[in-house]
Formats: sequence, C-alpha cells, structure tokens
Amino acid sequence: MKQHITMALAGNPNAGKTTLFNELTGARQHVGNYPGITVDYKIGRFSYEGQEIVITDLPGTYSLTAYSVEEIVSRDFLTTNRPDVVINIVDASNLERNLYLTTQFLEMGVPLIIALNMIDVAKDRGIEVRYEKLAELLGVQIVPIIARSGEGTKELIKQALEVAHSEKIWCPKDISYGDDLDEVLMELVSIITDSSFLITTYPPHYTAIKYLEHDDQILAMGQKADPLVTQKLEQMVASISDHLLKTMDVYPESMIADHRYGFIKSIVRQGVLSHKFDIDRLYASDKIDKVLTNRLIGPIVMLLILFGLYQFTFSWSELPVSLMGSFFGWLGGVVDATLPDGPAKSMLISGVIDGVGGVLGFVPLIMFMFFGIAILEDSGYLARVAFMMDRIFRIFGLHGSSVMPFIVSGGIAGGCAVPGVMATRTLRSPKERMATLLTVPFMNCGAKVPVLVLLIGAFFTDHQALYMFLFTMLAWLVALVVAKFLRTTVLKGEATPFVMELPPYRFPTLRGLLIHTWERTWQYIKKAGTVILGISIILWALMTYPGLPDSQSESFEAKRTVTRQSYPQPIRTELLTHNEEAGKLSPEAQQLREALTIIDQQESGAGLRYSIAGKIGTFLEPVSSLAGFDWRTNIALLGGFAAKEVIISTLGTAYSMGEVKVDVSDSLGERLVRDPHWNSVVAVAVLIFIMFYAPCFVTVVCIAKEAGSWKWAFFSMAFNTTFAFFAAVAVFQIGSMLG
Amino acid sequence: MAEINLRLMKKNQSGVIKAVKVSGELGRRIREMGLVPGTEITIQGRAPLYDPVAMRVMGGTLTLRNNEADHIVVEISEEG
Repeated sequence: MKQHITMALAGNPNAGKTTLFNELTGARQHVGNYPGITVDYKIGRFSYEGQEIVITDLPGTYSLTAYSVEEIVSRDFLTTNRPDVVINIVDASNLERNLYLTTQFLEMGVPLIIALNMIDVAKDRGIEVRYEKLAELLGVQIVPIIARSGEGTKELIKQALEVAHSEKIWCPKDISYGDDLDEVLMELVSIITDSSFLITTYPPHYTAIKYLEHDDQILAMGQKADPLVTQKLEQMVASISDHLLKTMDVYPESMIADHRYGFIKSIVRQGVLSHKFDIDRLYASDKIDKVLTNRLIGPIVMLLILFGLYQFTFSWSELPVSLMGSFFGWLGGVVDATLPDGPAKSMLISGVIDGVGGVLGFVPLIMFMFFGIAILEDSGYLARVAFMMDRIFRIFGLHGSSVMPFIVSGGIAGGCAVPGVMATRTLRSPKERMATLLTVPFMNCGAKVPVLVLLIGAFFTDHQALYMFLFTMLAWLVALVVAKFLRTTVLKGEATPFVMELPPYRFPTLRGLLIHTWERTWQYIKKAGTVILGISIILWALMTYPGLPDSQSESFEAKRTVTRQSYPQPIRTELLTHNEEAGKLSPEAQQLREALTIIDQQESGAGLRYSIAGKIGTFLEPVSSLAGFDWRTNIALLGGFAAKEVIISTLGTAYSMGEVKVDVSDSLGERLVRDPHWNSVVAVAVLIFIMFYAPCFVTVVCIAKEAGSWKWAFFSMAFNTTFAFFAAVAVFQIGSMLG
Repeated sequence: MAEINLRLMKKNQSGVIKAVKVSGELGRRIREMGLVPGTEITIQGRAPLYDPVAMRVMGGTLTLRNNEADHIVVEISEEG
C-alpha cells in the first residue's frame, strides 16, 4: 500500500466544492499560491481507516480550456502531479451543465470518481437522478452525497480509495464529435502515437482534441517539443477547419463543445434524469429574485444591504479596533517605562510597535469585512449585485463585481482600501480586476476622513456637510475615470465575457463562513506583517535622524530651564512629583506644564526639520510650492505614506515650531488658518492631493500581493502621486488666479 | 416558428437556441455554460438598466450582456 494517497477535488463554482473540502479536512488545511499568479490552492490532509490522504482543492471552473489561469492551473496540476484519483463534484440539481466539465475529465482519462452533491436540493425540486444508470453510461463510479451535512462522504472516500488503489493507467473516453471530426481525430491520434508526441504529459487522444480546439497552451508546448509534428498536425487541423467553415459555418472548437453537450443530453435522456415538476417551475430562490433583482426595488434593497454591511463592519469592529489600539498603547507605555531613553527605545516604540500595531490594528476590521462579504458571497447575493451594477461599471471598463471593493474602500466615506483591495478577489476577470485593484485606493478611507474633517472644518466652516459630500463624489468620479483611462491604456483589452451564473440562494454555513474569514485574515497578517515592519522602521528612521545638532538641543534645554526658573520652587516640585492618580495640578503647575510642552513640541518640530524627512520636505519645496505646499506639509504627506492618520499628527508637530507665541489651546485647524502659507485654495489643493496620492504602504503591500507583482504596486505609487500632484497644481494655480 | 436574436426576446418568453455565432473565448464561455444549439431557454428578467439579461437554462439561471446575446439566435414559437 502507498504511503499516502493524493486526491484532487474539482468541480464547477457553486457545486459545493469548498463545503466538501472543509467537511473532509476540517482545520487541517492550508492555503498556498501558485508561483507568479494569484490563484490560490488549498491542500488538506485527513486519514481514512489508517490511510493518509492528501487532497488538493482545485479552482472551481466550468471547463478546462487555456483561457483563464484557473483552468490552466487545474489542468497543469492534473498532468504534472498526477493525483491518484480526481473527485469530480457534480451538482445534482444542475446536472447537465456540471457534466460538461466531467466530459473533459473523461477526455483526459484521469482516474475519476463523481461525488453527486446536493441530492437533497434536487429532490426538493422534484429532480430524480438515477445515479447507477448514469454511472453505467459514463463508466465512472458515482457516490451521492450531501456535502453540507457530510452524508455520503465516508462512502465517497472509500470508493475513491478503491479507484486510487486500482492504479489504472489514464484511459480517455471516446466521445463522438460528428463524422467529420471523428475521422480527422483518428488520423491525428495515429500521428501523435507514432511520433510519441507529448505522450509523457497528455494521452494522444487528448492532445488531438486540444489541437482541434486550437488550445494555445498545448500548441505552444507542441511547438517546443517537436516543430515538425506540430506543423503536420496544424496543417490537418487547418484543412478541416476550412472544410467545416465552408460547409457548416462552424469552427471545430464550437463543434466539439456542441457535441460534448450532445453526449451529455443523450446520456441524460436514457432515463437518468426525471422531473416531477415543470422544469421552469419557480422555486423559493426565484421568488426571492423577483424582489431582490426587481428593476425598481432591487437597487434600493441593494443600497440598504451594502449600507448594512458597511455599518456592520465599521461599527462592530470599532470596539476590537480600539482595544487593539489601547493594547499597543499600553505595550508602548511598558516599553517606555522599562527601557532607558535612547535610539533603541525610540525605534521599538515608534518603529516596531507603531508599525506592527498599525498592521494588526486592521485585523478586526478585515475579519468583520470578510465575514460580511462571505455571507453575501456564500448566500449568492454578490452575483446579483454584479448583475445589477454591471451596466454602469462596464462604461468605465470595469465589471459588475467591482462595486463591492469600491464600497469597502470608502465609496461611502470611511472604509478602508486594505480589505477593499483584498475584496477584488471575487472578480473573475483579470483585467477588470486589476483596474479595480488600482483605483479603489482613490476612495476616501477612514484614515483620510479625519484629514478631510480637519481641513474642511477649518476652511469651510459654514458648508461642512456639503463639502464632505462633494469630496466623496469626487473620489468616485476620479476612481471611475481613472479606471477607464487604465482600461484604455495599460490594461487595454476586450471586456471579459459576463456569462455568469446566478446560483440559487443558500443559507451559508457558519463553519464555511468562519473558515473563509480566518483564511483571508491570516493571509493578511502573514503577508503584510513582514514587509510592513521593515518599511515602518525605515520611515521612523527618516523622521528621526540625524537629530538636532547639540547646540540647538542645548538652546531648547536652556529655554526649559529659564521657563522653570520663572516659577517658584514649590510649583516645580509639584509638577516633578505629580502623578495622574493623585488629582489635579494647581493652576500654576498646569501653566508650567503647558509651557514646557510647547517647548518640547517646538524641539521635536525643529528635530523634524533637521531629519532626513525634513530635508526631503525642504528639498521638494520648490516643486511642491507649485501646488501651494510648504516643507511642513511635505513632511506630513511623506509621513502619510505610512498611514494617512499620520498626516495630522505630523502636521501638528511641524506647525508647533517657529512661532513665538503659541497658545496650547489653539487647535491645529486654527493654527493653519492663521498661517500665512494657508488659505482655502491651498486647503483644497492639499485635500485633493491627500485623496489621490500614493496609497498607504499597507495598501501598497496588499496591491503587490494581490496583483502578483511589485511592478503594479510601484506603478500605483508613482501613477497616483503624479496624478494627485498635477490635480493639486491645477487647483492651486487656477484657484490662486481667480483669487 | 421564427428565429430571432436573443437580445430581442421579452421577459418570460421561451425558445430553443438555433445557433451560437461566435468563436474564441466568448464563444467558448457561452457554450460551456450550456448555451448550445438545442438548449431551451426562458428569459427571466433584466437588470435595472435593461442589461444584462437573466435567463433560465436547464434549471439554472444564467446572465449575459446584451452585446453577448447578440451572437445567439433563438427559435421561438410565434405566439410568444
């Protein structure tokens, strides 16, 4: 007996593949990525009567063509890994379409067993599948199961093991594709067999079919393996194509597809399938659809549901997020109290703890978001959203499914681009997905909102709500227009076909939801965590070093001493020995503390100017002044790359220095209004820039992971910053001209 | 009996697919979902902006954009 048996799980999307996989493996699974592409695969382990089994969950597909990465991945897995048995999960309530993939496994000849899933649903619908008959006609063992309850899965594994142990060689099934093609097929097969063409990878019969289908991947492989045979095969295919086009106005690949269905229909008609009711009878699911996709009510309900998801995510995650925040605050406090002052401590607090805290701080948000999305996805509602929104999004070269990432990222002000970027995974079309991925960071995320509130509050006090609304609309407009721009330039290409299934509504299982949520959250922690720690330390160093020259530090120290001296001794002692629990300070001591705080702030402000970041800020001033930004704003914007929240605190530090008389009670907003560098035009220019420039680095890291390369992450940073800068310059120049 | 373009079909109208006149990726996507000659379809409804269209096919629901439906010719009974 073999050490362990390898199984592959394959089937259509929505056939219950993931449910079966979770049922079989429970928590013993992990997610991996195929190198270079973003298709996930899951591997799980379990044992059955002492036999160790390793099972791979292949991506859900309808077919095995070379048109999508998912399908190529599935195919390559089967031919290179050669699993001992392939479990093809088939939805009994949607038998004919599911069998289309099955016929392609049969053509390939893989050791196959069919798990006939959802026999309960089929039964409720009055569909009866005589599976013994079907098994006999297909020549494949079939086990009826209900993946949701686990019914039949033991039997499935038992029989799958039998198939695996029989170690049959791959044995393709002959399906008739019509007289014309069958004849050519036989000729092709004999050439392929005689020249041993590609036979280590594919059975000759399969290679022949793929040549007729004009399968790009296999044609390329053949070209590499043996150009002479390839030429011969291609010539034969070309001549039959020509013949078919002339006589029947049809391509061989169409003919093959039509005959696969013909094969399925002929089998199903031999008493395999019987319907108790009318086939088009309306089921509960269709009745729900009458309301939820109604042309008038549908969009309204959709807005409510999306708004609900939003509420759920951002209000329910508020508590865990703030708990997380206080935990890292506490941790910083502990480090502050235990370590001696110095660069190590500063790095640990400002670099490591703030950086890691910044990443982990998103975790509750991501968990809630994905839990919400998992409900919409697993219940089947997400497909309806895509259906209803597709017409609008298509105008901009996107897909109906793009709506969710946009909303999550801040389509209603206050989202977050990190889960937004990760939510693009629900899009199956590669170009549309990339365009969505790159434009969702334009939305007004929760971290940009405080900056908006600050500046709008300071400069447009009378029309705050109006301006908030306008800036939210502007974000949408820019994101969609830029998406259109990308789709006509770097992401040019035909719209991906929208032939999409609206799966019946189903109650999601809690287990499925939890596994789903945890999987994505863990991926985020693991992938983002490592890179972000590094970047966060770099940013800390940029804003800390080289530090103030000694002469300046001394002058601040002298200032402090002078200030202290101006208060009587008891007050000084009171402040020194004061601890927060002991009660309030006397008014004088309070005053002294505030005066000292101002000096501290001025010192850190001066330090910031001296730091590398400060030097960069000053260096950039000649350019940035075109948009009305001075060096302080530049530093804040640089810091904003770490996290947009940092913009306000950095502005605060930068603007606390240099002024002779500062009143602590002055808010940052008031200080900005009084500053000669600032006016309402500058405020708008800064706002525009902040809304559209490089996403924060957590988002950038996520873009790199989701897009599969750092190229796109760098593109996003460079493109967005350039775009934002020109927009800000335009606003500032035109605005200043108009006064 | 009459042959019309799928795009022109009305809600609740049924018919049998006669031909799918497109190849390449779109053609394959359409066919793999079971939209091949001989398949019976019933229009279930349309999205709020009249596009895409949703239809019943072999007991399931599929959606298709109007410009994709253009490639599909359907035979309908006259009274439809």
